[in-house]
Amino acid sequence: MAETTHQAFDPLATGSHARQLRAKFTVYALLVFFALLYLSPLVIIFMNSFRPLEEIVREGFISAPNALSAQYWVEAWSSFCIGGNCEGVSRYFSNTLIMTIPATILSTAFGVVNGYALSKWRFKYDTWVFGLITLGVFLPAQMTLLPWAFVLGKIGLSNTIGGLVLVHTVQGISFTTLFCRNYFVAVPDDLIKAARIDGAGFWRIFRRIMLPLSPPILIVCVIWQFTGIWNEFLFGTVFTSGSNQPITSAIVAFSGSGTGERHYNVEAASVIFAALPPLCVYVLGGKYFVRGLTSGAVK
Amino acid sequence: MTILRAGSPSAGAELSTNSNKKPMMQDPSQPSLAARLARWTPQMVLFPTLAAAFMYVVVFSAWTLWISVSQSTLLPNMTYGGFGEYAALWKSKRWVVSYQNLFLFGALYVLGSLFVGTLLAILIDQRVRFESVWRTIFLYPLAISFIVTGTVWRWIFHPQTGVERALNDLGWLSANFDWITDRDMALYVVVFTGIWHASGFAMALILAGLRSVDGDLIKAAQIDGASMPRIYRKVVLPTIWPIFIAVTVVLLQFAIKTYDLVVALTQGGPGVATTVPAIVVYDLMFQRGQIAQGAAAAVMILVALAIVIVPYIIWTNWRAKKEGQTHG
Amino acid sequence: MSSLLIKNLRKSYGSVEVLKDINLEAKSGEFVALVGPSGCGKSTLLSIIAGLESVTSGEVLIEDKLVNNEAPKDRDIAMVFQSYALYPTMTVRQNMTFGMECRNIDKATQDDTITRVAALLQIEPLLNRKPGQLSGGQRQRVAMGRALVRDPKLFLFDEPLSNLDAKLRVEMRSEIKKLHQNVGRTTVYVTHDQIEAMTLATRIAVMHQGVLQQYAAPKEIYENPANVFVAGFMGSPNMNFFSARFVSSDAESGIALEGGDGALLPLPDGQYDHLTDGQPVIFGVRPEHFNPAHEGRAARKGNTSAVVSVAIEMDEPTGSETILMCKIAQQEAIVVCEPDEAPEPGTTMAFEIDMSKISLFDPSTEERL
Repeated sequence: MAETTHQAFDPLATGSHARQLRAKFTVYALLVFFALLYLSPLVIIFMNSFRPLEEIVREGFISAPNALSAQYWVEAWSSFCIGGNCEGVSRYFSNTLIMTIPATILSTAFGVVNGYALSKWRFKYDTWVFGLITLGVFLPAQMTLLPWAFVLGKIGLSNTIGGLVLVHTVQGISFTTLFCRNYFVAVPDDLIKAARIDGAGFWRIFRRIMLPLSPPILIVCVIWQFTGIWNEFLFGTVFTSGSNQPITSAIVAFSGSGTGERHYNVEAASVIFAALPPLCVYVLGGKYFVRGLTSGAVK
Repeated sequence: MTILRAGSPSAGAELSTNSNKKPMMQDPSQPSLAARLARWTPQMVLFPTLAAAFMYVVVFSAWTLWISVSQSTLLPNMTYGGFGEYAALWKSKRWVVSYQNLFLFGALYVLGSLFVGTLLAILIDQRVRFESVWRTIFLYPLAISFIVTGTVWRWIFHPQTGVERALNDLGWLSANFDWITDRDMALYVVVFTGIWHASGFAMALILAGLRSVDGDLIKAAQIDGASMPRIYRKVVLPTIWPIFIAVTVVLLQFAIKTYDLVVALTQGGPGVATTVPAIVVYDLMFQRGQIAQGAAAAVMILVALAIVIVPYIIWTNWRAKKEGQTHG
Repeated sequence: MSSLLIKNLRKSYGSVEVLKDINLEAKSGEFVALVGPSGCGKSTLLSIIAGLESVTSGEVLIEDKLVNNEAPKDRDIAMVFQSYALYPTMTVRQNMTFGMECRNIDKATQDDTITRVAALLQIEPLLNRKPGQLSGGQRQRVAMGRALVRDPKLFLFDEPLSNLDAKLRVEMRSEIKKLHQNVGRTTVYVTHDQIEAMTLATRIAVMHQGVLQQYAAPKEIYENPANVFVAGFMGSPNMNFFSARFVSSDAESGIALEGGDGALLPLPDGQYDHLTDGQPVIFGVRPEHFNPAHEGRAARKGNTSAVVSVAIEMDEPTGSETILMCKIAQQEAIVVCEPDEAPEPGTTMAFEIDMSKISLFDPSTEERL
C-alpha cells in the first residue's frame, strides 16, 4: 500500500550538497504552492462564515476579516430561509443524514455478503452475475431517472427520503459488491475448504472466518458510500422537492437563485455544514479512503 | 496492494478451475432437502441483488431506450415514434454545444488532472517529510461534493466577490479576472475547478504506482548517470503506464457524467457556454417536458461512456489472459 | 475392509479431462502417497476425495459408503493443506476447536481433545497465539493438530511440507511417519517429492497426465517400475535410459547398446524369455547400480553382471557420493559411485552393472517388458 512502505532509497540524498539543497528547496516550494492552492477555498469559506455581510459585500471574499462573529452559523443552522422555508439548513442536513445512514448500512451489508458469495462460492454463470452487478457502477444515472421516477411513484415513495434510500441502496450495492468481491478474492480459498471440511456451512464460514477478516473493506465501503451518498445531488433534486430535499439541493436552491439579497456569510456557513460530515469522515479514515480509490476505481 | 495486483484476475482464473461447481453435479442418490437448500444458499443470497441489478441495469436501460424512440412528451407514451427525437436532438444548438464542451472539457480535465496528479505524486515520492499531511491536503477535495466545490469556486471566480475584487481592493484597479462571466473563458473555469477536485485522485493512484516500481531500477538508472527528471520520464513513468490508462478511463467517466459541478459553478452559463450533456438531459426531462428527447440525450451519454469503457474492459481482459498464459 | 475405494473415476473441466479412469484402493491404516509432477491431477484427486470437487463420473467410497454426493463435512475426513489454511483471526486453540464446534461437541470433550493433541504435537505453549505469530514449522504442527482433533476416518495431506525449508522438511517428514504409526489412520498424502513418497508411504500411486501409472509398494515401484515415466520419475538421480536391442543367437543372448562396440550384456536367466531377436528396447539402469568393475560386487552376490566402459566427462562430488556425468556407448549417462572410487574427468573406466536390477521397456509403448 502506498502509505506504508517504500524502497530504502532517497533520490534527494545523492549528489553534491548544493544539488541536494537545491532539489529539496524546489520540491518543498512546489508542495507549498500547491497546498496553498488546494487549501485556499477551505480557508476562504471558513473565514467568511464569520464575517459580517456588509464587510463581504464591500471587500469581497478574499480580504482580511475585521470583525468576527459566530452568529451566522447559528442563523445558517436554524433560521436561514431556503426556498421560502425558514428553518435553516438543519432540516436539509437531517434529511441527508437520515438518507445517508440507512443507505450506507444497507448497501455495505449487502455488498459484503454478495462479495463473499461471489468470490468464494463458485457456481454456473457466476461471472455473468458479477458482470451484471458491476455494470451498475458504470451506468450513467441519466439512464435511470425516468424509470426510477416511475417506480418510486408506483410504490408511493415519490418525494420521500425513503425513496432516496432505496435508490442509493440499489445503486450502492454495485459499488460495495465490487469492492468486497475484489477484497475477498485475495483471501485464500484453502481457508474456505478447510472450514468446509471442518463442517462449517455458508453462514458459519461468513460469520466466523470472513467477517473477522473484513474490517478493512467494511471501513472502505462505509466511507465510500457515506461520502458518495452524502454528496449526491442529481437523485435528490429529481426525486424530491421542497423541504424533503437533501442538503446539496438546498445549497443549489439558495446559491443558484440570482434574485434577492445574498447572505454570503450565512451561505458560507451553510456550505460548511454540507461539507463537514464527509470531510470529517475523510480525515478520520483517509487511509481507507485511498484504499477504496485504488481497489474500486481501477478494477 | 498495488492497483495492478488488485486488478489482476489471474488469481480468480485459478480459483475457478479449482472451484466447486456443485449445482452441475449429477446426483445418482437424492440428498436431503436441507442439504439441497444448503447447496443453493449462495444463489439465494445473491438473488435479491441480482434481481435489483437486473432491474436497474437491464430493465431501466431498455425502458429509457424505448422512451427515446417513443412518442412521449411531458408524460410517457409508449407508442413507437421512431428516431426523430435523436435527429431533433442533434439539430439543437444547445446539444451540439454541450457535446463539444464535453470533448473540450473532458480532454483538458483529464490531461490537466493527470499532469498535476503526476507532478504531485513525484513530489511526494521524494521522501518528503510529513508525507501524509501533504497527501491529505491534495486529496481532500475529493471528499467534498461537487455542489460545495462549485459554490465556493464560483464565489472566488466571480468578479464581484472573488479574485478580481481582491486585486482591485489591493490597489490594482485595472485588474480584470472575469472568466466565469465570459462566454469564451467560462469553460476553462470549469476545467480548473474539475482539476482541483480530481488531481488528488490521480495523485493517489499514480503514487501507489510509483511505490510499486522496483527501487533497484532507479538505482541502476542513477548509476547509469541519468538525472532524476530523466529517470522519471524515461524509466519510472513508462513502467507504470497501465495506471495512467486506468486513471484516464476513470476520469473520462467522471467527465462524461459531470453535472453537479457545472450546475453549482456556472449553471451551464453564461448562455450555453458551459452546458454539458447531463444538464441538457435534466432540462429536457424535467424542465421542458420533452422526455423522449431527454431519454435520447441520456442514451447518447451512455454511448459516450461505452466508447470509453468497452474498449478498456476488452483490453484489460485481453491483458489478463495474456498474463495468465505467460505465467502458465 | 477398504478404507477408501475409487472406481472408474473421471473428472473433466469442460472439454479438458484431468483425471482419466482412476481406480485406487486403500486398506484400513494404509498410508497412500499420490505422487507425480505438477498438473498430473493428484491434487484434484485429493479434492475429490475430500468432497471439495464434484466427480464427472465414477464412484468414491469411504469405508464402503458411496460419498459422491456427500458434502465435505459429512465425509468424516480431515485435511492438512499446503498453505496450512489456518484461520488467521482465530487463536491456535480456536483453530483446532472450530471443527468440533461445528459438530456441536460439548466443551469438556473439546478441552480434553485439545489437551491430548497438543501434548502429542508439543504445541501446548502455542495454544493462545494467532497463526501470524507462528513459525513455519509451528504452523505445520497446528495444521496437523487441527486434523488430529477430529479423529476422522481419513486423513488427507496436500503437499504439507512443501512450504518448509529443507532441514525442517526432513524433521517433519519423520514426525508425520511417527504420527501415522501411532494413530494408525488411513492417510492419503499428495506430494511431488518422490523421496517423501518413498519414505512415508505403504503404497505409492504415481500419476501422470491424469492417468494412474502405477500403484504399488515403494520397493516395487523402485525395483520394477511399470513404465518409462515411473522409472524416470522415481529415484534420484534419474534412471539412465539407453536405446538398445535384444540380440539372441544359439551362442549367446543379451542386450546390445546402440552405438556400442557390439558386446552383449547378458540378462538373468528366465526373466526375459519372451523377447525376440533384434527387438529394440529401452535399457534402464539406475545410477546407483553401477559399481567399479574391479570390485566385482554383483558377481560375488551371484547376480548376473555386465561390464561397460564409461567415459567420464564431469564429476559432481556431493560429499557422501560422487555423481559422474559420462558417456556409455556414445549415450549420455549418470553414474553414482563412492567418492574415493571416483575416476578423474576425461578418463575412461570399466563399471559393472548388476543386471538383476535393470529394467527393459518397449520403445513404442514405453511399458515394462
